[in-house]
Amino acid sequence: MIGFILRRLLAAIPTLIAVLTLVFVIVRIVPGDPALVILGDQATPEAIAALRTRLGLDAPLWSQYLSFIGNALMGDFGNSMVTNRPIMAEVASVLPHTIDLTVAAMIFGIIVGVPVGIWAALHRNGIIDVGARILSLIGLSFPVFVSGIFLLLAFALHWRIFPVIGSANLEDYGDRLHKLILPAITLGLVMAAYITRVTRSAMLQSLGEDYIRTARAKGVPWRRVVWVHGLRNASIPIVTVVGLYVGILLGNSVLTEIVFNRPGLGKIIVGALNQRDYTMLQGLMVIYCFLIVVVNLVTDLLYGILDPRVKQA
Amino acid sequence: MSDTAAELVAPAAIPAWKRALGKARSNPTTLAGVLICLAIVLAAVFAPWLAPHDPAEQDIISRLQPPSADYWLGTDQFGRDILSRLMWGAQISLTVSLGAIAAAMVIGGAIGLVSGYIGGKFDLFVMQVMDVLLSFPSLILGLIVVALLGPDLVNLVVAIALTAIAPFARVARAPVLALKERAFVEAGRALGFSHTRILFRHILPNILSEVMVMGTLWLATAVRVEASLSFIGLGVKPPTPTWGGMTRDGFENILDAPWLAIFPGIAILLLVLGLNMVGDGLRDATDPKLRNE
Amino acid sequence: MAPVLEVTNLRKHFVSKKGFPTPKTVTVRAVEDISFTINPGEAFGLVGESGCGKSTAARALLRLIEPDGGSVRWKGEDVLAARGPALKALRRRMQIVFQDPYSSLDPRQSIGSALMEPMQVHGIATGAEARRRAGALLEEVGLPAAALDRFPHEFSGGQRQRIGIARALTVEPELIVADEPVSALDVSVQAQVLLLLKELRERRGLSFLFVSHDLSVIRWFCDRVAVMYLGRIVEEGPAARVLANPLHPYAQMLRDASPIPDPSRRGVLPRIIGEIPSAANPPPGCPFHPRCIHAMPQCSRDMPAWTSAGPGQGGVACHLHG
Repeated sequence: MIGFILRRLLAAIPTLIAVLTLVFVIVRIVPGDPALVILGDQATPEAIAALRTRLGLDAPLWSQYLSFIGNALMGDFGNSMVTNRPIMAEVASVLPHTIDLTVAAMIFGIIVGVPVGIWAALHRNGIIDVGARILSLIGLSFPVFVSGIFLLLAFALHWRIFPVIGSANLEDYGDRLHKLILPAITLGLVMAAYITRVTRSAMLQSLGEDYIRTARAKGVPWRRVVWVHGLRNASIPIVTVVGLYVGILLGNSVLTEIVFNRPGLGKIIVGALNQRDYTMLQGLMVIYCFLIVVVNLVTDLLYGILDPRVKQA
Repeated sequence: MSDTAAELVAPAAIPAWKRALGKARSNPTTLAGVLICLAIVLAAVFAPWLAPHDPAEQDIISRLQPPSADYWLGTDQFGRDILSRLMWGAQISLTVSLGAIAAAMVIGGAIGLVSGYIGGKFDLFVMQVMDVLLSFPSLILGLIVVALLGPDLVNLVVAIALTAIAPFARVARAPVLALKERAFVEAGRALGFSHTRILFRHILPNILSEVMVMGTLWLATAVRVEASLSFIGLGVKPPTPTWGGMTRDGFENILDAPWLAIFPGIAILLLVLGLNMVGDGLRDATDPKLRNE
Repeated sequence: MAPVLEVTNLRKHFVSKKGFPTPKTVTVRAVEDISFTINPGEAFGLVGESGCGKSTAARALLRLIEPDGGSVRWKGEDVLAARGPALKALRRRMQIVFQDPYSSLDPRQSIGSALMEPMQVHGIATGAEARRRAGALLEEVGLPAAALDRFPHEFSGGQRQRIGIARALTVEPELIVADEPVSALDVSVQAQVLLLLKELRERRGLSFLFVSHDLSVIRWFCDRVAVMYLGRIVEEGPAARVLANPLHPYAQMLRDASPIPDPSRRGVLPRIIGEIPSAANPPPGCPFHPRCIHAMPQCSRDMPAWTSAGPGQGGVACHLHG
């Protein structure tokens, strides 16, 4: 197992470097001269030259590349061009809010999606199954900002059960949780819909296997057959989907944070967009990718636990 | 059974796509999806004739009006008719997503086709690059690319296409790996066919249906991403109406006029839902695993 | 008479790396220094158990996979050095009929298009003339010209194999490589396809390289035959002599395992003593010695040299006859 973890960790390093390279390429190729993009068309040549020096853009491309990769791997993404504070510090101050939100959304997706998916699979083509399929199709068609606005209108403005503004005091866990519920449901809706679909089809497949028949034949109670034998073998596709959709979750968290006015990476990224904070955008792109790479790593390790065959691969 | 000329096997000869279409048609969900999409496409195409008001016409007197006989879905903060703006806005949603998915399908499809066919280290490298591209959250990637390029119609198409290239490359590549081992590819080489001919005349037609089904499913994603970018403020610039932009305007007036945000939100939901329904139906109909159910 | 095809010391190794963090290189010696010639109008058989490298050899000499060494000459012309137009011209001379009739035709291409496309590519015929030729070819292989507008899935395996044969004939080749052409077909259909091949051979004066694991089919179809074992030719000679009185112990085992000379009543070769060693790790000396009932100490040390079996009787690689 330790060898397996080490192998996966080692394999993640080239991926990280590739991700950084791609960020470097996108940011260098896409906008033309970044100094011009930042300062706008009316800037004087002197101002542009000064900014180019400050950003290190007059160094040769390969040395820019190497220092970018080197610094990023050490966790240094430079300073924000607007506040001049280190990007890492800006990010670290709001990261708990975004992580709260995504983790809560994931938990919501799993505790709704898995039971509903199993329930639907057990009543294949019945009313429950058809209903679950239609609802999950609608669920995954909801753009997050639309579901967010609808939930906000219903539960915060009409019934006033939850607060409109989501900025919470991190020390006060009750407050933190109370303000988390509505955004987490908003963000978790798509996740729940996907997990329902995948659980349903994985359960249908797994319940059709011979070992299920064997378990039933030898008298294992049906409830145990479903939740232990069936679900264990359906867990691999479920984990895959959860891992894959963390990317979508992170992207959608930006929208959720806007709708509920929550602090987080999304608020920073929108702020950076409006202020043309070019180094901040680059740093955020890298941080998002780091998060995805980490999630992929965790997914891989989970495979190793769930399926003993993976470890040998 | 003998196999002499006289006994040609009776044609069991309904082509796969016709069977898929027939099956999709018999499915009520797919049918509903087709109807939803059709209605929205018609509304967009005929907006200049069907829209009850000029979408840009401002009317100070009737600002933030709730739905009424004159303004079926109400008016916005400038007194513009929501229904008319929704019909015109559908044009943007449809143009951007169709354009982006067409581009992603062609570019991603070509990458997957060629990479899978060449194979070896080249394929390994290309797929690594695609994996890296996949590890960017697509909304974030789109957001940053539009921000750097500047928000306009073409750049939106470019940004959304960029987020969809990698999945299309993967979907196109997988069947190529299996097809290139089939003897008909070897037969083509033995007959002196060029690689280009084998690739485009013999392998491409065999993967096309899978790529097309994927295209329908991704169209829904593209609509959602376009709307999200417009909501953030990175869509086609006002005064051109976009669904995401209208939702944003409505969101800012949510206490006074909730319908402003509700109607564009429902429009986006309906289009995405309709496309998902069609895509689901097509996928079920072409998936060989489900075909015999 | 000068041979049409001369294969000398043909070699194909497959190399793969496996394992982490210390990858090991595995070399599979699929084809190891095989040599033979085919004369005009002659049917040459290549026989052996599955995995012995016979199909790889056939593909390597057609350059469907690139061989690692040796030489292949078509009427004196170097096949392995040919590039571009020269290679395309050579491909016209040598065609292949595949084992699996279900995967050898593009499922989305009509029969007519499949037959006319090679004619267009090689500038043999286009348009109505190509269609006329395609119809004639279909009739020559025993199918109605009306089949031109149909698609592969409308035909049975035997019919598809006929179409595959017609397609190989579109470019008017002189040599056909038949790679297990009937082993994927129903037994009742095999005889019909074999008869068709023999008929075409006589009518068109075709040469054949006939690859099969089936001794009775080889005996019925071929003039000369080579027996392959673990990538090497262990015996070669006139089909009548090799199959009736084989010299190599392996060829004798093959013969004893397939005693019925009637093609319609034969079965697949039963497995003989022991497992076939892996071509990735061939035994030292004679590759057959671990399974050979006549094995001597010398057999596990030295590779047996090629020994003539008499004038016109071919030869054998075995220490018993050295």
